[in-house]
Amino acid sequence: MALEVTEARPLGKPIKRKEDARLVRGQGRYLDDIALPGMLYLALVRSPYAHARIKRIDTSRAKALPGVHLVLTGEDLAAKNLAWMPTLAGDKQMVLAVGKVLFQYQEVAAVVAESRALAEDAANLVEVEYEPLPVVVDPFYALEPEAPILREDRDPPSNRIFHWEVGDREATEEALRRSAVVVKERIRMPRVHPAPLEPCGCIADYQRATGKLTWYVTSQAPHAHRTVLSLVSGLPEHKIHVISPDVGGGFGNKVPVFPGYVCAIVASIGLGRPVKWVETRTENLTSTNFARDYHMEVEIGATEDGRVTALKVFTIADHGAFDAAADPTRFPAGLFSIVTGSYDFPTAFAEVDGVYTNKAPGGVAYRCSFRVTEASFLIERAMNSLALRLNLDPAELRLRNFIPPEKFPYRSPLGWTYDSGDYAATLKRAMEIIDYPALRREQAERRARGELMGIGVSTFTEIVGAGPSHTFDILGIKMFDSCEIRVHPTGKVIARLGTRHQGQGHETTFAQVIAEELGLTTDDVIVEEGDTDTAPYGLGTYASRSTPTAGAAAAVAARRVRDKARKIAAHLLEVAEEDVDWDGQRFHPVGAPARSVGMAEVALAAYTNLPPGMEPGLEASVYYDPPNLTFPNGAYICVVDIDRGTGQVHVRRFVAVDDCGTVINPMVVEGQIHGGLTEGFAIAFLQEIAFDDTGNCLAPNFMEYLVPTAVETPRWETDRTVTPSPHHPIGAKGVGESPNVGSPAAFANAVIDALAPLGVTHLDIPLYPWKVWEVLRQHGITE
Amino acid sequence: MRVTLTVNGEVRSADVEPRTLLAYLLRDEFRLTGTHVGCDTTSCGACTVLLNGVPVKSCTVLAVQADGGEVMTVEGLEQDGQLHPLQEGFWESHGLQCGFCTPGMLMTAYALLREVPDPDEETIRRAISGNLCRCTGYQNIVKAIRYAAERLSAAGAVAGEVK
Amino acid sequence: MFPAPFEYLAVRSVEEAIDALARHGYDAKVIAGGQSLLPMMKLRVAAPSVLVDLNRVEGLSGWQEDAQGLRIGATTRHAALERARPLAERYPLILATAPWIADPLVRNRGTMAGSLAHADPAADWGAAFLALRGQVEVQGPQGTRSIGADDFFVDIFTTSLAADEIITAVRLPRPVGHPEATYLKLERKVGDFAVVGVALNLEVDPEGRVAQAGIGLAAVGPKPLRAPQAEAALIGQRLSFNLAREVAALAAEAADPTSDQRGSAAFKRDMVRVFVQRGLESLRQRIEGRQPASA
Ligand SMILES: Cc1cc2nc3c(=O)[nH]c(=O)nc-3n(C[C@H](O)[C@H](O)[C@H](O)COP(=O)(O)OP(=O)(O)OC[C@H]3O[C@@H](n4cnc5c(N)ncnc54)[C@H](O)[C@@H]3O)c2cc1C
Ligand code: FES
Ligand code: FES
Repeated sequence: MALEVTEARPLGKPIKRKEDARLVRGQGRYLDDIALPGMLYLALVRSPYAHARIKRIDTSRAKALPGVHLVLTGEDLAAKNLAWMPTLAGDKQMVLAVGKVLFQYQEVAAVVAESRALAEDAANLVEVEYEPLPVVVDPFYALEPEAPILREDRDPPSNRIFHWEVGDREATEEALRRSAVVVKERIRMPRVHPAPLEPCGCIADYQRATGKLTWYVTSQAPHAHRTVLSLVSGLPEHKIHVISPDVGGGFGNKVPVFPGYVCAIVASIGLGRPVKWVETRTENLTSTNFARDYHMEVEIGATEDGRVTALKVFTIADHGAFDAAADPTRFPAGLFSIVTGSYDFPTAFAEVDGVYTNKAPGGVAYRCSFRVTEASFLIERAMNSLALRLNLDPAELRLRNFIPPEKFPYRSPLGWTYDSGDYAATLKRAMEIIDYPALRREQAERRARGELMGIGVSTFTEIVGAGPSHTFDILGIKMFDSCEIRVHPTGKVIARLGTRHQGQGHETTFAQVIAEELGLTTDDVIVEEGDTDTAPYGLGTYASRSTPTAGAAAAVAARRVRDKARKIAAHLLEVAEEDVDWDGQRFHPVGAPARSVGMAEVALAAYTNLPPGMEPGLEASVYYDPPNLTFPNGAYICVVDIDRGTGQVHVRRFVAVDDCGTVINPMVVEGQIHGGLTEGFAIAFLQEIAFDDTGNCLAPNFMEYLVPTAVETPRWETDRTVTPSPHHPIGAKGVGESPNVGSPAAFANAVIDALAPLGVTHLDIPLYPWKVWEVLRQHGITE
Repeated sequence: MRVTLTVNGEVRSADVEPRTLLAYLLRDEFRLTGTHVGCDTTSCGACTVLLNGVPVKSCTVLAVQADGGEVMTVEGLEQDGQLHPLQEGFWESHGLQCGFCTPGMLMTAYALLREVPDPDEETIRRAISGNLCRCTGYQNIVKAIRYAAERLSAAGAVAGEVK
Repeated sequence: MFPAPFEYLAVRSVEEAIDALARHGYDAKVIAGGQSLLPMMKLRVAAPSVLVDLNRVEGLSGWQEDAQGLRIGATTRHAALERARPLAERYPLILATAPWIADPLVRNRGTMAGSLAHADPAADWGAAFLALRGQVEVQGPQGTRSIGADDFFVDIFTTSLAADEIITAVRLPRPVGHPEATYLKLERKVGDFAVVGVALNLEVDPEGRVAQAGIGLAAVGPKPLRAPQAEAALIGQRLSFNLAREVAALAAEAADPTSDQRGSAAFKRDMVRVFVQRGLESLRQRIEGRQPASA
C-alpha cells in the first residue's frame, strides 16, 4: 500500500508525517546512533553531597587504568579559564566543581576512555574527599539571615538571585482593600523534569588539521549553542559546525548547555579525537535542568457579584545552585506576568524572588513558554478558590470575567497585548461536549450518596512565540527566527529553518505551509533543520515559538518566492504582471483560466528563460521578527471520581477544547494535545523531584520519577475553536505547550471540587493517593 | 567471549565482554541502532526486542545470555520492501512524534498481535505498559495497533506471517 | 550504565552452579531473570565478580502438579505463571498475583524464585508465597533442604539461604478446600513496586466455611509479612461483612510500615485494612455465587 498521500492545497489537512518514513523503520539518526571512527567516551564523576568542600581529588588510579585517555578536574579547566560557563539566564555555572560542590550529583571530574564501560570504571576510580557543609534545601530558609551563603562568587553575597516585579503595587493593594471579597491561597508548583525519552548527549569532533569543531548535540537551539560555544571557547564561530540530528523529545530539556558538553569539547580539542558523552537517565533527572519549583502566594479580589477587581502574587522561585533557566534576558521570571490569564483584571501586581538552594540548577521552560505553566496554574486555581468563596459555579465565574472578544487586541494590566480570542465560545464548546449541567446534576446526586465526584475547569490563556526583538533576546541575541527557501529548476524545494523539531512534525507542517503558498504538494518540499552550516540563523524550538516565528518566516519567504514567480509567470504568459492571477495553485492571465503556468514551469524558467534583466534563480530568505506574541487559549474540563478508601483519583473524562488559531495539520495538533495533556496529568498526579533534608534527590530515576504508562493515562477528548492570530501571516498561534500549561489546574480543580464539601480549598500537586487519604481521614471519611 | 546469534534472520557473531548488554551488542557491534536506550532502571522499554520470540528489555539481558538465540529488532519488521502493518498503522494514526519509543512499542505490539490477534483497547494498553512514551499520550498508539490488527485480520494473516 | 566486569558462567546443571558458588563464595551470584540483579549491577549497587547463569540448566523451568501440590521450577518466568490457565482451579492466587508484578516485559524475564531470593519487602510474590504457606526447595554443597515460607524471609533483602545455596523450585501445598484468592495492590503506576500489597487465599469447605486462610502483606514491613491473627479469625467461619471488618482490622495491626515518599505509616496500615476488607468482600461474593444453597 502506498502511504504517501500527496494533496494539493495541503494547509489544514491531516497530512501524514514525512519524518515517519525513517522513524517507523528504526532508521532515525539520534545522537547516540552516531559512531565516528576513533571515537572515545566520556563519563562524569558526580558529587554524593549536596554541599561540601572538596578537600582532595586523586585521579591517579583512574589515569592508570588501561584505555583511559584523559581525566579532567575543575582545576584543569580553571587553568584554561573554563571552570565556569555562562548560563542562558546570565548567571554562571561550574563546569567541573572548583573548591566546593553545591548540589548532589554535581559534576566533579570527567574521564575519557576507549569504551563507555571503561569510562564508567575509571570514573569510579577517581577519589574525592569531601567535607560536608550545611545544606540549604528550603528556598524560604535560603532567604533567612542565618542561612549559609551558597554562592560565594556572587557580589553582594546573598542567596537571592533576583527580585523582579511587574504591575502597580499600590493600586493593586488599594483595590484589594476595597474589594468585597478577597481570597488568599498558597500554591506550590513542585519541581519536575522534562525527561524526554532520549537523554541529552553530544559528540565533539575537533579536527586539528582544519581547526574545525563538528559538534553533534541533542539540541533544541543549535544556532544559539554555536554562538555560546564560540563565546565560551574562543573558537571562531564559522569553525564550529553544530549538528542536531533526530532529537528524541526535548520539552525544554535540550535548550541549555551542560557541563558534560563542555567537557567533551575540551577533551576532543585536547586529544584530537571525537569524544561522545551521553548522559544516563539518572544524570538527566538529577543534573540537567529541572522545571518549575515555584512557591506562590496569591490574593484575588472580587465584587459580591463575582467581578474580579485585583490580583496580587508573591513568588519564591527555587533555582537550585545556579540560575540555569533559559529565559529571555529581560525576563528572569519568564512570562510569568501572563498570570492575569483570560480575565479582565482592572489592576494587578506580581513579584518574584529567585533564590539559590543546594539543588540541581535550572528553571527551564518545560513544555512551557517560560513560567507560563506556573502562572496559568496559579490563576486557574485561584479562580476556583474565589468561586468557592462566592458560592458560584467555577464556569459561571469565568464567564463573568473573561476578556470579551470586542476588547481584543487587549492590553493586560501587566503589560501584554493579547492578539485574539473568544474565551466564552471556547468554554461553552467544552461545556456542551461534556454536557456540563448534566454533570453537575449527577455530582449532586452522587454527593447525596456520599460519593466523591469532582469537576474541574481550566480556561487558560498562553503566551507564546517569543518574540519581538524590541523585548526579547537571549544573551543579547534577538529572538527572531528564519527560513530560507530554494526552488530548484524542476520545481522541487528545499527549505531550511533556524528551529529544530523534536517530534513536533516540522518536516511535514512547514512543508505544508510552504507548499500551500507555492501551489505545490508536501512531497515537493524537503524541510531541513538543525545544521548550522546550512540553515539560516534562528533561536530554536521551544516555548511553542516555532510556528509563530519560523513558521511565519516560512510563509513570508514562500510569498517572496511567489512574488518573483509571478513576474516570471507574466513573462511566460506574455501578459503584464498586474494581469496575472494566482488561484492558489497556478498563475493565469486575469479572466483566462484556461491558459496557466504552475510553479514547476516557473521554476524551470527561473533558470532557463528569464525576463530580460531579471536575476536568475528562485529563492528567498527571511528573518522574521514577530510584531507581537501569540496568545493561544483553551477550555479544559475534567471529571474525576475519588476512591473513598484509598484516596486514588480516577480521571473519568477529560475534554480539551483548544484555540491555537489557524491549524496547519489537525492530526499533528491533536497529537501535540494528547501528549501535553499526558504530561500535565503526570505533573498533577505523579511527578515531583523531591529532596530530603540533606539535599539527597529522592527521584533520581524512572522508578521514582513516575512517567505514566498507557494504563494510567486517561482517554482524551479533543476539539477546537479557531480564532486566527491577526498578526501572524497565516493566523497560526502555536500549540505544543497549551495542554501542558492548561491541564494541571483542570486536574487539581477537579480533585479539589470533589473534596470541596469538606471545606478543602486547595491541595498541592502531585495529588498522590496518600494526600487525598489524609484529607478524607481528617474529615472522618473512611471505607 | 564469542557470541553467535540470529538477528532478523541473519547469523551474526561478535566478541564481547560478559558485561555487554544485549542492547549494546545490537547497537554498537551490529550497528542496529533502531533499538534505543532511554533509562538505567529497566523502566522505559525503548530497548525492547524479541528474544526467541518474546519481547524483553534488551538493556536488562546480557549479550552472552542471548548466545545461540534468535533476536528480532525493529529493523526486521519490514519484509521485501513492504512495511509491516504495524509500521503502517503507526504512520497512519500518528502513533509517534519524536519516534524514540517507537521501535520498542512496535516490537511489543508485534508480540501482542501474535498472541492476541484482535486485542481490545484495554488489552493493548496493558500490553504496552512496559513501554513508556513521553510524546503521544498513547491514544494514537492504541489506534495504530488496532489499525494493524484489522489490516492483519483482513489479510487473514497473523503478525509475522504477513507477506 | 554498565555493570562492573565479571566472569560469566553458563552452567548446565545445578551441581555445576553450586560448585561455582562454593568456589567463589560471596563474590559469586546466580542470575535467573536478571530483572533485579542486572539493574543493580548497572547502577553498580551490586558488583559480583562471578555470575552463574541458571537459564541454561535443564529441568529448572516450568511447573508441575502432583498429589502434594504445585512445584514451580526456579527459572519459570512470571509470564509463564500469568498464563498458566490450568492453575486457576487449585492455585488461583498465582494467577491473581502475577499480572500485578512489574510490567509485561519484565514479567517475560523475571522469575518467582529470583523474586523470593531477592527478598524485596515490596515484592508481590513474597506476600503470595506467605499466604500460600509455600516452601522453597534448596540445594547446596551439603545437599538439599526445604525452607518454609515463615522461616524464609529474615530481613530487608535478606533470606535464610546460604551464599552457596540455590533455590531449585518453589513448592505450594495442595489446597485443603476449594480455594478462592485475590491480590490487591496499590501502585502509583504500572511498573511501580507496591505501596501496599495484600494477598488473600482462602480454602473453603463444602459448607462454605473457611478451612485454611492465608493473608500475606507486601511493602508494610522489613520483609513480606503474614497476618496470623487475622487468618485465625477466619478459620471455621463463613464470610460476612462484619467478619471481614474484624479480620481487616487485625491484618492492619499485623502491618509494620514506615513513612516515606509513598505515604505515611498510618496510610499504609489503613490500606491493609481497606484491601483486606475489600478482598474478603469480593471473595465472599464469589463463594456465595458458587454455593447459592449455603448462602
Ligand atoms: C521496572 C521493574 C519493576 C518491577 N516491579 C516489580 C513489582 O511491582 N513487583 C515485584 O514483585 N517485582 C518487581 N520487579 C522485580 C521483578 O519481579 C524481578 O523479576 C524479581 O524481583 C527478581 O527475579 P529475577 O528472576 O529477575 O531475579 P534475578 O534478578 O536474576 O536475581 C535476583 C536475586 O536473586 C538471586 N537469585 C535468583 N534466582 C535464584 C535462585 N534460584 N536461587 C538463589 N538465588 C537466586 C540472585 O542472585 C539475585 O541476588 C520489578 C523489576 C523491574 C526491573
Ligand atoms: S533502556 Fe529503558 S528499559 Fe531498557
Ligand atoms: S514518540 Fe517520543 S517518546 Fe514516544
